Amino acid sequence: MNRFKYPIYLLFIFLTPSLIFGGEVLLQSTTSTNNSGFYNHILPIFKNDTGISVKVVAVGTGQAIRNAENCDADILIVHAKKAEEEFVANGVGIKRHDLMYNDFVVVGPDTDPAQVRQSKTISEALTSISRVQPSFISRGDNSGTHKKELELWGKISIPIKDYSGKWYKETGSGMGTTLNIAAELDAYTISDRATWLTFKNKKALKILFEGDPLLFNQYGAVLVNPDQCPKTRAKEAKAFLNWLLSDNGQLEIKNYKMNGVQLFYPNAMR
Amino acid sequence: MSVFLEAFSTAFKLIVSLDTSLLEIVWLSIKVSISSLFIASVLGFPIGALLAIRPFRGRALVITIFNSMMGMPPVVVGLVVYLVVSRSGPLGWLEILYTPYAMIIAQVILILPIIVALSTQILEELHKEYEEIFKIFSVPPRTAVFTYIFDSKDALLTIFLAGFGRAISEVGAVIIVGGNIDHVTRVMTTTIALETSKGNLPLALALGIILLGLSLIVNLVATKIKSTANGGTNG
Repeated sequence: MNRFKYPIYLLFIFLTPSLIFGGEVLLQSTTSTNNSGFYNHILPIFKNDTGISVKVVAVGTGQAIRNAENCDADILIVHAKKAEEEFVANGVGIKRHDLMYNDFVVVGPDTDPAQVRQSKTISEALTSISRVQPSFISRGDNSGTHKKELELWGKISIPIKDYSGKWYKETGSGMGTTLNIAAELDAYTISDRATWLTFKNKKALKILFEGDPLLFNQYGAVLVNPDQCPKTRAKEAKAFLNWLLSDNGQLEIKNYKMNGVQLFYPNAMR
Repeated sequence: MSVFLEAFSTAFKLIVSLDTSLLEIVWLSIKVSISSLFIASVLGFPIGALLAIRPFRGRALVITIFNSMMGMPPVVVGLVVYLVVSRSGPLGWLEILYTPYAMIIAQVILILPIIVALSTQILEELHKEYEEIFKIFSVPPRTAVFTYIFDSKDALLTIFLAGFGRAISEVGAVIIVGGNIDHVTRVMTTTIALETSKGNLPLALALGIILLGLSLIVNLVATKIKSTANGGTNG
C-alpha cells in the first residue's frame, strides 16, 4: 500500500481549501435572485461588515424548501409566502420575514396573437390567452413563479391542467430554461422581473403585460430552526438575517442595479 | 451561425485573457474528475482482476450488474448521494454536501462500473490466453496479475480515458450534490448549464469548446504516454 501513500496525500492537498472554508452560512435560494447577480453584490458587503461568508444554492422555491426541510440550509430566501408559512408551521423554520419585492411580468411574442397588450388586468390577459390558445409555457416545477401562475389561473377558474401537453406546456425547469423554450416556440410565459431583465436570449419575446397588483412578487427570509436541525449554523445565519433586515442591508438591496434598473425593492418590517 | 462564431471568439478571448474565474472552474473540474478517477481506479481494477481470474458463484451476475450500472443516469446517482450525505441522511455528520467531496463520491459511483466492467473483459481475455502457460510454469497469481496489467496497459489507459471522460463531462449528479455554488462547487458542466439557463448561449458554447479542448489535451497526453511506453519496451 505504500506506493499509494503519496497520491492519497496529494488528494488531500488538492481538496483542503473546501475544508478550510467549510464554516459558512448555507443559503437555499431561488435562481431569480442568484442569476441576476444580486448575491454577488450583497454577499461581499455582508462579509466585509461581519467576516461571515455565505454559500448560495440556487434552485426553485419548492426544491429550496424541500432541501431546507432535510436540514440542508441555515437560511432560506424564497418567494412563495404560503409555502414559507407552512415551513414555519411545520417547525423547521423559525419565523418568516418580508425581505424585498418586485413583480412578475407576462412575456410573449411581439406579434401578440392573444392580444394580451390590450388587457387591463392579469385576469383579462390570461382569459384571452385561454381563449386564443397560443402556446403558453409553464414552469411546472413547484417554484414560487409556478405557484403564482397556478394561483392566477385559479382566480379565473380555468382548469389549466386539462390543457397540459396541448397549448399549455409544462417544462418542469427553471425560469431561464423556460424562457429559452418560450423564445424558441414564440410562446407566452410568466417570469419574475429579475430573471427577465437578466435573460439574454429573448429573441422575439417582449413584456406584454405588467403592473397588476396581483403580479406582486414578495421575497421572504426564514431561519432554519436549530432545534429541528442541530447542525445548523444558527448564530451566523441569524447575523445574516439581521443584517438583511437592517437599514444597511435594506439600503444595499435597494442599491443593487442591473444596467441602471433596480431589481429588488426592500420592504422589511421594522 | 453567428452564435457559433461568437462562441469561438468568446472561447478564444477567455483562454487568451486567462480569465481567473474560468481558471478556477477549470481547475476544480480537473481536481474533482482526477480524484474520482484515482479512487475509482484503486477500487475498480482489483475488482476487475478478481472477477476476471477467480471463478466464484454468482460471478456472472456480479459482472452483469456492473455492466448495466455503466448505463446509470447521473441524475439518479446524484439524488442517491444527496440523500445519503444530506444533513438528515445517514452520512450527514460528515457535512460534505455542497462540497467537492460529495461531487467526488458521486463521480466515483459513476466511473467505477466502467472501470470494473471494461477491465474485467480485458483481463478475462488475457487470462484465457495465458492460463495454460502459467499453470505449466506454476507462476504465482501475483506475478500473473502484474503480467496481465503490463500486457494490457494500452487497453487500461483507454479505460482511464473513458472514466475521465464520463467524470468531466457529467452534469446531472454534480449539480445536485455540489449545488453549483460559485467559488466552491462550480465546475465546467454546471457553469454551462447555468449560462444556458441565463440565455447566454455564446458563453455557454464557448465553455463547451474549452471543455472539449481540455479533453483533447488529456487524450493527447495519454497517447503520448502510450507511444513512449511502447517505444521503451520495444527498444
